[in-house]
Amino acid sequence: MSESEQLDADRIRTLLESEGDEIKENTRLFNAERYDAVEAVGEAEHEDNRSRAREIKEDAIERLPELVDRTREAVEANGGTVYVADDAADANRYISEVADDADADSVVKSKSMTTEEIDLNEALEADGLDVWETDLGEFVVQIAEEAPSHIVGPSLHKSREEITELFEREFDPDESLDSAEKLTAFAREYLGGRIDDAEVGVTGANFVMADSGSIALVTNEGNARKCASIPDTHVAVAGIEKIIPSVAELEPFAELISRSATGQEIPQYLSLLTPPVDTPAIDFDSEDEPGFGNSDADREFHLVLLDNGRREMREDDDLRETLYCIRCGACANSCANFQSVGGHAFGGETYTGGIATGWEAGIEGNDVAEEFNDLCTGCSRCVNACPVKIDIPWINTVVRDRINRGKDPGFDDMLVDGLMPDEEESGTPLRKRFFGNFETAAKIGSATAPLSNAVASTGLARKAMESVLGVDARRDLPEFERTTLRDWAEGRESPVEAPERRVALYPDVYTNYVQTERGKAAVRVLEALGCEVVVPDVGGSGRAPLSQGMIATAERKAEDVAESVLPYVEDGYDVVVVEPSDLAMFRREYEKLLPAEEHERIDQGSYEILEYVFGLLENGASADALPGGDGDGVAYHSHCQQRTLGLESYTETVLERLGYDVLTSDVECCGMAGSFGYKSEYYDLSMDVGATLADQFEAVADERTVVASGTSCMEQLDSLLSPGTRHPVELLDPAGR
Amino acid sequence: MSSGSVEQFQQSLSRLDAASTVVSPDELEATIADLADPPAIGAELPFDDLSLAETPVTLGPSPAQLRDAVTGVTGSRMGIASLGTVAVESREEGDEFVALYPERHVVVIKASDLRSDLADAFGWIRGEFEADRQSFILATGPSSTGDMGALVQGVHGPEQVHIVIVRDNE
Ligand code: SF4
Repeated sequence: MSESEQLDADRIRTLLESEGDEIKENTRLFNAERYDAVEAVGEAEHEDNRSRAREIKEDAIERLPELVDRTREAVEANGGTVYVADDAADANRYISEVADDADADSVVKSKSMTTEEIDLNEALEADGLDVWETDLGEFVVQIAEEAPSHIVGPSLHKSREEITELFEREFDPDESLDSAEKLTAFAREYLGGRIDDAEVGVTGANFVMADSGSIALVTNEGNARKCASIPDTHVAVAGIEKIIPSVAELEPFAELISRSATGQEIPQYLSLLTPPVDTPAIDFDSEDEPGFGNSDADREFHLVLLDNGRREMREDDDLRETLYCIRCGACANSCANFQSVGGHAFGGETYTGGIATGWEAGIEGNDVAEEFNDLCTGCSRCVNACPVKIDIPWINTVVRDRINRGKDPGFDDMLVDGLMPDEEESGTPLRKRFFGNFETAAKIGSATAPLSNAVASTGLARKAMESVLGVDARRDLPEFERTTLRDWAEGRESPVEAPERRVALYPDVYTNYVQTERGKAAVRVLEALGCEVVVPDVGGSGRAPLSQGMIATAERKAEDVAESVLPYVEDGYDVVVVEPSDLAMFRREYEKLLPAEEHERIDQGSYEILEYVFGLLENGASADALPGGDGDGVAYHSHCQQRTLGLESYTETVLERLGYDVLTSDVECCGMAGSFGYKSEYYDLSMDVGATLADQFEAVADERTVVASGTSCMEQLDSLLSPGTRHPVELLDPAGR
Repeated sequence: MSSGSVEQFQQSLSRLDAASTVVSPDELEATIADLADPPAIGAELPFDDLSLAETPVTLGPSPAQLRDAVTGVTGSRMGIASLGTVAVESREEGDEFVALYPERHVVVIKASDLRSDLADAFGWIRGEFEADRQSFILATGPSSTGDMGALVQGVHGPEQVHIVIVRDNE
């Protein structure tokens, strides 16, 4: 990527303006249809398919060498050829030779990301061949000389009007192509002739079945079928990771792939081909000869299995999961940032969206992944969207960590190393270390408040922060409290005499130093419901450093938390967490950071605050102890990670039980996601994402109290809407009303 | 293996904007004659007791006939009631081409060959694979694209699909 294409504020703004509208509309449509389709089939059955798909992939990647051998045997027994290509050049050279042997002048292709990956078109064109993309979306980007912007819909960043303009300029048709129907008819005609004339048809393969040497192709247009059956020579190009043992294992994927991609129950065409197929060859030169021209040509089939870094990915404990990806694009569609800027910002040389970091790091290298990796905020909305349960945010974090470590230590490091108590190697960018060490800043800020707040808000300080740390001056900074939550709690006598339960309320960095009110409210609510509450002396969960890709630091924080918190769990305390992103650390990320047994105990022993309140009410605590809602309206925005964990409904239910009328936002994300929204190059994007949430709440903000579970959601909502935002637990606070 | 119902299959087809007709074996030839907008081509049916020989469709067409045909008639040995899907088999009769080139695809299927859902269909497919019949296209409704800015039917495949369901002889 050239310097001018570097992802900065200007480039993001340009893409938001030029492609944002189309990307938004199309990805959100796919995403909404996916939700509907999953609901239609039933959550339980969908989960079952996901689990099976995951198992099959885990097993197939584990046994990959053996499956490659079996595939080769089966394809050869059928009369075809298998070629395992080490890299792009190797694959292209082989395919060129096949085209040469077929005396080809032209090649038709059906959509295949793998051939994008190896730049096959350029290679064949350099050999003097005409190459035509027959998938209409690919055809559009081919004519426009652009790169695909989405794994499933390569041209979904283009409006119908733009395509009309493009086609009329390029093809100068007799009549105007001013409707989708006319454009489609034109393309069908144009490409139909080219398919008939081509000597070689190239397809991808969504799945390769080792036992029979079959391939499965998923399309809606029918072009893959034509490319595979009309030219006498068929070349299927697939990454080696596409192999599954047999047709028996195809079933869950057949259920999942279209549902996840576009919300269809099944694609228009699910082709299971075992080439060379029995369909006769056509001899178009014998126009009037029955029997399809009575061709005596033999069908030829070549399966090109591409390695290009995949075998190394298989050995890599963190990148391996990427190979389970079935390229459905659901991670992109569920990603709020992707919904705004699309794959021309959120993607590398080939792959786009959440999983693109894994692919690009594996096949191109960390430097290509670096260009867009920071667009993943770790919100985790893609985690449940992925049909094979890939932990996409984790892959993004690991690659971020590797990118940090690969940096040259600069002059910055000498200055900062002593100040930043982290575990990072020198080289990690200063600004990442600043955000990653937010806990230190909060400690100092709180100890010196209110002076620290006053200083931080001066124009001079903001300018300095913007130029040195890239903290956007348009953002309000958090204001530190002089008295931390822990200080406050320490001086308190528990009013509960015979406690029903004992709670260790986890003082996350924000609740302890900034949003102390929500922490106090949480304590009073728990006490009103009969719990003894302590606020233990424990540091940050590691969320902040993890977001910056500082895994070693996050790991140390996790160990510290385990050391402080586990004795409470041992003593029969329940750990209750106010900040959802920290609870998500305990439940999800600690699996990667702590010994399994410690993770399990923390995971089992901890609860989100309203999840816990719900549990207390269910188990006999009386809601009368809390102030009622009297039918008042609440506009509630849950938190990305809270939703991924399936915890959104507890807050809704509790508020409803207390007599509130609850309206819940249904946008994927508020756009802030922690440090992301503070970074100047992402400010516009963050606000663009937030606009959807603002739209939903603006109309009701006057008559409803706006509440949000996460800190960064609250901050974003505060900057989007005028009335201040509160944490739901504050509505329950007996002292608050 | 549970069998799919004709009613459910027809409901699925109507959701897909695909037409369907239920006939007795005796009525098949007349029905095909009715549905086969000329010029029509066909691939001989994969059933012992049903044939296109007496219908106005050209079997084993020339390339020119293939390109000019308005209707293509093929048979299918498996349909999925819950989805409205039919299996097009890759055979020497050229089903694949007959099903793809013309703008209208007429499919003849036996009511007894309907499966209830995809899981049920996979049971059948596994059996076929074991019997060494290993190339099928599961086709569901007309071909379509959203790539040109709106959903359009009839891209590289047919624009209309009409399924003729043949009731079984009692
Ligand atoms: S990572 Fe998962 S959701 Fe994303 S494209 Fe791959 S399979 Fe689909």
